[in-house]
Amino acid sequence: MTFDRVGTSLNRSSDSSPVPPTSNYNQSSPAQSDAAFSDASDKIHMVEIRTLKKSYALKPVLRGINLDVRQGERVALLGANGAGKTTLLRILACLTRPDRGTVFILGLDSVQQAQQVRALIGFVAHQPYLYPELTALENLLFFARMYAVKQGRERAVTLLQRVGLERRMHERVGTFSRGQVQRLAWARALLHSPRLLLLDEPDTGLDQQGHELVNALLTEHVEQSGSVLFTTHQLERVLPLAGRVVILGAGRVVFTGETANVDLDALQRTYQRATV
Amino acid sequence: MSTARTFLTQIAAILAKDIRSELRSKQTWISMGMFALLVLVIFNFAFDLRVDNKAAVVPGALWVAFIFASRRGLGRTIAAEQDGGSLDRLLLCPVDRKAIYLAKLLGNLLFIGVVEIVALPIFAALFDVPLFVGQLIPIVLLGTLGVATIGTLFSVMAAATRARELLLPLLVFPLIVPIVIAAVRATGSLLVPGGANEPPWLGLIIAFDIIFLSLATLLFQYVIEE
Amino acid sequence: MALAKRETRIEPQSTKAPPRAGVPVASLILGGLSFIGMMISIWMIFLYAPTEAVQGDVQRIFYFHVPMAWIGMLAFGIVAVGGIGYLIKKDERWDWVARAAAESGAVFITLAIILGSIWGKQTWGTWWTWDPKLTAVLVLWFMYIAYLMLRSYMGRSTSSAYAGAVLAIVGVIDVPIIYMSVQWWRTLHPGPEVANGDLPASVVLTLMVALVTFTLFYSFLMVQLYNLQKLQAQAQRLRAHVEYGLED
Repeated sequence: MTFDRVGTSLNRSSDSSPVPPTSNYNQSSPAQSDAAFSDASDKIHMVEIRTLKKSYALKPVLRGINLDVRQGERVALLGANGAGKTTLLRILACLTRPDRGTVFILGLDSVQQAQQVRALIGFVAHQPYLYPELTALENLLFFARMYAVKQGRERAVTLLQRVGLERRMHERVGTFSRGQVQRLAWARALLHSPRLLLLDEPDTGLDQQGHELVNALLTEHVEQSGSVLFTTHQLERVLPLAGRVVILGAGRVVFTGETANVDLDALQRTYQRATV
Repeated sequence: MSTARTFLTQIAAILAKDIRSELRSKQTWISMGMFALLVLVIFNFAFDLRVDNKAAVVPGALWVAFIFASRRGLGRTIAAEQDGGSLDRLLLCPVDRKAIYLAKLLGNLLFIGVVEIVALPIFAALFDVPLFVGQLIPIVLLGTLGVATIGTLFSVMAAATRARELLLPLLVFPLIVPIVIAAVRATGSLLVPGGANEPPWLGLIIAFDIIFLSLATLLFQYVIEE
Repeated sequence: MALAKRETRIEPQSTKAPPRAGVPVASLILGGLSFIGMMISIWMIFLYAPTEAVQGDVQRIFYFHVPMAWIGMLAFGIVAVGGIGYLIKKDERWDWVARAAAESGAVFITLAIILGSIWGKQTWGTWWTWDPKLTAVLVLWFMYIAYLMLRSYMGRSTSSAYAGAVLAIVGVIDVPIIYMSVQWWRTLHPGPEVANGDLPASVVLTLMVALVTFTLFYSFLMVQLYNLQKLQAQAQRLRAHVEYGLED
């Protein structure tokens, strides 16, 4: 089963990798989690959000978010439509600025040091952020130059092969199917080896092969101590994929907990309550 | 890679992408070119350019044609980003917003420039004027730079509103008055060399370009960020 | 995510203490002084100042036209200053100043052009002439209109404020260049000019008094318009609170 690799990693520490463990999905107390950090750089959170507020068109969308994401952590962001999930991701991606509050990514201020932060983020959103009139390879080459990726051409071709698009690399993206566009969007997001992956409902519109690919890519990313923050509507997918769940309701964090410690029913009840 | 080199690489990358996109869409150049020619022909009928008053009217007709044709092209590169899927594609990248501006400016210059290169010989032939003398190329280039500098900056602003088509000329035309005056006069003095009192029109154009290029490059980040 | 939007950023509350409901001191003082000034000015303009030999009483328009034109130009400078302030401080109050100055300045400059045109028709027989001052003022009028339209279309938001600031800054630097370029142009083809030769002392005095009066009146208007902007912003905030609940 495709989730096995992911599922079992929740039940054992990630000591199969040569890198010292930077996160422990099983931790149940903060003291234990601190002990797992072996060197100073790991103590910096991947994401640190304090009292984040954002309004659009008179309407407060985020009303004071406090959230941390550790390095190597996978966090699922749940919430009803309009709860602020996409806005939160856009702020983390430095596409829009907060009205109030602070966002730190690996210790960098997302407003003051936005350019440095952007280089650390990979964003797979509803829109693919691709140029339909260019070919797949041209798209990736362009973004490689924008992100100053070393040996951009090799990296682009490698990623195209990784997402299974190497046969269409010289065709215009405008001719791609939705699934192919999504894959290319993943390639674009991973091009510059980002530390933080932001995914807005990554499971929509994917076939079985697409799901498997996404899982594999996420696992590889996390193994290199990258973090993932993804939004989703589907609770059943959350538990196997994420180490932690955060539920947003009406612009605030109403629940956060390790997936190892909650069961699906309890989560569902909390979700219903929060999204009413 | 040093930041300066990255900066230039990014400008080149955006410019190359825009050129590639425009070549594949084929829309803009043809419409701009036709527009310029149409304006020239209409001027011929409107002003009845006979030999004696030609020198007075021809430069004006030429620059009106250029400015109205450039109007069509100015918003193009920015609009193309938005229609396709928003400027976010570009804003997501760690690219200095100044680089985005300069790349868009160069793109606009290129598009308008090509139209001008085509229109000039046709113009010279249609009205039988010896145009390709002296400083014609610098005048046309630097004058167009002035128009494009202002136009690129404001095309982002206007694009954010519903009345894009109306607002952009309203924003741009008042601001480029010095360019219009100077460019027309400078072109005119190519045909009929002015006396010793002729003001340094090209110098004015250059000063305008330097001032507003610097200003626009610095201010662009404020109009493009959300 | 298209750029077209009419979002509003709910600004942080001003850190000043809320104004006490009570006597609007600035308004009263300015209003009072303006009123007194107007009375004096009107007396001076119509009774004190000498009748011009050639133009007759029509010339008295001059005392209204010139101050209004100067203030119209000054106001655009205030719009630019407000814009710069907003770019640096990101405090919406700077933007209120800019918008107030733009609205009032547009009115003043429009009236100045109309009055000047009437005066010109009476004096030289033409409604308009392309001399440097008039041309520069006309372009300035277009810039005001462009500014007001831009702000109107973009609504009340940070991006609207930024756009306005950029337009005002570019415009205010451009106007002197425009003036200069038209002047260079006109020296080659001199036309009728608004020439003011040596003026008698009483004329100068009347003009100065009129200028001071209009400046006071303009300041009074600015205070009103600024408060109007403040109220509009607060109303917007309140509406948002009512509709969507308090932020915290």
